[in-house]
Amino acid sequence: MTSKEKAWTWKEIPVGAVAEDPGSSSQYLTGGWRSQRPVFTPDNCVQCGVCYIYCPDASIVMTPEGYPDILLDYCKGCGICARECYMATFGLSCFEMVDEEEFR
Amino acid sequence: MSKRVGMEVSIAVAEAVKLANADVIAAYPITPQTHIVEHLSELVADGDLDAEYVCVESEHSAMSAVVGSSAAGARSFTATASQGLALMHEILFIASSMRLPIVMTVANRALSGPLSIWNDHSDIMASRDCGWIQYFVENGQEAFDHVLIAFRVAEDPEVSLPAIVNLDGFILSHMIEPHILLDDEEAARYIPPFRPINRLDPDNPVTMGDFATPDFYTEVKKGQEEALRDSRTTIDKGWQEFAELTGRKYQAVETYKTEGADILMLSMGALGETASVAVDRMRDKGLPVGLVKLRLWRPFPSDDLLKALGGAKKIVVMDRAISFGAATNPVAAEVASLLYDTEPRPCIFNSVIGLGGRDVRVEDFEAIVKKAMQGHTYPGPVGDYDLIGVRE
Repeated sequence: MTSKEKAWTWKEIPVGAVAEDPGSSSQYLTGGWRSQRPVFTPDNCVQCGVCYIYCPDASIVMTPEGYPDILLDYCKGCGICARECYMATFGLSCFEMVDEEEFR
Repeated sequence: MSKRVGMEVSIAVAEAVKLANADVIAAYPITPQTHIVEHLSELVADGDLDAEYVCVESEHSAMSAVVGSSAAGARSFTATASQGLALMHEILFIASSMRLPIVMTVANRALSGPLSIWNDHSDIMASRDCGWIQYFVENGQEAFDHVLIAFRVAEDPEVSLPAIVNLDGFILSHMIEPHILLDDEEAARYIPPFRPINRLDPDNPVTMGDFATPDFYTEVKKGQEEALRDSRTTIDKGWQEFAELTGRKYQAVETYKTEGADILMLSMGALGETASVAVDRMRDKGLPVGLVKLRLWRPFPSDDLLKALGGAKKIVVMDRAISFGAATNPVAAEVASLLYDTEPRPCIFNSVIGLGGRDVRVEDFEAIVKKAMQGHTYPGPVGDYDLIGVRE
């Protein structure tokens, strides 16, 4: 949402609160909700793509080389990628959840 | 040309939906509403109504389905009662916030528990604040007419809000009454084609039913509230156009023998007919009694009601539901707050009648008025109301 929209009066809100700019949820950066960040260890990765499939916010994209790339603008830090990672079975999850405070 | 035919009120309601040329009907059967959607399913199956009939697995799904179909620009109808309305509850608020002009008939029935299939208004009063236009009808003709009126008003771009037509379960829904029907040409003239303000359209995509941060929610609610209040202008216009078409005139508040009346009864729905017989009897005995009938419940017709109630010394408000633990019951609470500033302030008596299908007789109204004539002055103690007929 833009600062212009934030100043909308009730008369300026479209009828039924319709968003006339569809697909605009990508403008809403949910990464700010995160308290923990998944940190990727490429050496553990077998390029299975399970993290990409399980991510509930589509915040993981696969690089052309077949590795996951976390979109930190949207990742809420739920940790599902770290838990579901096949390599986690062997105690070698590709992702370690690290407190955001560590990055400040 | 219009003709008078005898039919069950539920069937007449379904015929009105057919005349309105609904595009989508999604409903789940529930007593005492079932005959409405049962007949509609027959009309669709027989090819008499070119509509999509969606058999759903619950009322939650029924309301969700018509939210979707209305958003796609289809004229959408559903019907329910009691537990079914309760199951729709969360979607009711979404439909009104999204400003989708769905029309629904509610064959009013008591809420469980204990399980009761019989008539009172506890179902709609539990969903009172859902933001829909809400009518209460008194007889079969009014029920038939108000399905058409509800579509005409709801879909008007000045309104774009859903509407509930409340008709009392069994005591109205299952009666066989004379109805003057409209023909297709008259109905088409009265209800113009549905031209939604917003529509789900792949060529012009929009996002509907999205979330709102605290930056927007208040403004959205204000817009919705203003729309419902402003809908009154179009409701009056809808009634006026209907009167020009059929000669049948409706108003938000109707009065019966109120001239010179010291005591007024106020009722909603089918009990108005019984109450009017009681008024006739009491007038014959020289008692200064009149009746005020509330046809429009939301938006609440404050000005009309003030005018209709003005001058009465005592007002007996009939409620068909208990608001448990409240200062008073739903209709009485509204009337009391409306009259608070009037001078002199009339005494208000609140009677809860006909819960869970308990029969209400002419004699009951006579007894209520008799008690009010002898009764105390307003304001009484908190929670002071009569539960008519309760065995002590």
